[in-house]
Amino acid sequence: MWNGDYGFLLSNLVKKDFKIRYRNMSLGVFWSLLNPLVTMAALVFVFSKIFPNTQPHFPVFILCGLVPFTFFTLAWSSGTGSLLDNSSIMKRVPIPREIIPIAAVLGNCAHLLIQIALLLTFTLAFGLGVNRYWLWLPVVWGMEVIFVCGLALLTSAANVYIRDTRYLVESINTILFWMVPIFYSFSAVPQQFRGIYELNPIAALALALRNILMSGTPPRTILMLKLAGSSLFMLGLGLVAFRKMKQGFYDYL
Amino acid sequence: MALIEFEHVSKTFAHTGGARLLRDHLDDRLRRRHRSVFYALKDVSFQLNHGESLAIVGGNGAGKSTLLSLVAGLCQPNEGRVAVNGRVAALLELGSGFHPDLTGRENVGLNASLLGLSRKRTEECFDTIVEFSGIGDFIDEPLRTFSSGMVMRLAFSVAVHVDPDILIVDEVLAVGDQSFQAKSFDRICEFKRLGKTLLFVSHVPEMIRALCDRALWLDHGQAIQLGAPDEVLRAYAGNSAIVL
Repeated sequence: MWNGDYGFLLSNLVKKDFKIRYRNMSLGVFWSLLNPLVTMAALVFVFSKIFPNTQPHFPVFILCGLVPFTFFTLAWSSGTGSLLDNSSIMKRVPIPREIIPIAAVLGNCAHLLIQIALLLTFTLAFGLGVNRYWLWLPVVWGMEVIFVCGLALLTSAANVYIRDTRYLVESINTILFWMVPIFYSFSAVPQQFRGIYELNPIAALALALRNILMSGTPPRTILMLKLAGSSLFMLGLGLVAFRKMKQGFYDYL
Repeated sequence: MALIEFEHVSKTFAHTGGARLLRDHLDDRLRRRHRSVFYALKDVSFQLNHGESLAIVGGNGAGKSTLLSLVAGLCQPNEGRVAVNGRVAALLELGSGFHPDLTGRENVGLNASLLGLSRKRTEECFDTIVEFSGIGDFIDEPLRTFSSGMVMRLAFSVAVHVDPDILIVDEVLAVGDQSFQAKSFDRICEFKRLGKTLLFVSHVPEMIRALCDRALWLDHGQAIQLGAPDEVLRAYAGNSAIVL
């Protein structure tokens, strides 16, 4: 039906999200830095002064978990609400519906890039040098973006039918903070839970980042396979479920 | 081959507008309740050939917008068949996706991409779009500083630069001041001269007579009459007078 320019539309939708978010902030991009810095400072205080630990380079250690986690929660919740937020477009223009949640997720990527820059700055500031495994970084971040796109397709479509989905997503995000190794290390997780942990792409990403940035080792092959598998599976599932559910969007919006 | 073909098309909606909360879904499931539906369109058939123009008249809630949405591919019929062969531009609402915090220029890009214009064509048309709208230097100001007439003029200017086979127009011609209305009317006439197909909802009889070859009168989702604009308008006007 709609035979326009996909790339042009996607870039316009992403730019719109980005501009609207930053135009109303007097400090602009600075907020993207402040938020993870404050959270990191609080976690460092609690887990070195109150619960002492021996983890070296603790701020970098935390950021390796915090940056992927923050991106995930923001992108997932804005993706979930995106179809309803853009209902006027959905009811009036026959654009391919999938593009709306995907644009919402990609709209958070500018924010992500700034935070990745922060993470890398901290890594270098703590004397952890650049190594050749840094080449893995675009791959692992790409996997996370793919995973969130799939998840957002699924939940944004469900949210059209059942408006409580948004609150479910927020609750899951709250729990996830504890279920991703942000302030504890993977080795503290009991053996029997580790297989499940590696299937959670956010946890897997945190582990891979610590391998690459802190130990200077490549991420384990099995971990990368699980990360790629669960990301691609989620994208496929999201696309299939979205295609099925989009038939009824017009009646429910 | 007909450009638009409707065969016994019906479209229903649930009376509640769809159960929206988990509570409602559970409620329906547990009580085995079937929500009653109403017919926005019931058993409507017509054909529109290349270069023909059809006006749709009818009161509020007659199913005009539902019919246009079906042609635009925004929804599927519950019964019957809808076939559309050609590139459709639907001006169902002006300024889809317009955002008050973006500048006029940014809104033009976003709106054009939603309507299906390519990046290249948008760049080519940009100056003519701005000129046609008569917005002038305001184009780089945020949209919230525009008057509502200016917003509509800009939106209309983008919309007429889409180059479709089928143009769907839903009462959007009543925008702007008189000179702008005349300009928009000329533009629609030009579409018609170029042999494009026009599907048109309006409450202005003069416009329908000037633009359309046929008219379809809808009432409560049903097609009452399909024929020459003069006849249909006379019948429709007579009926409305009785109701009033």
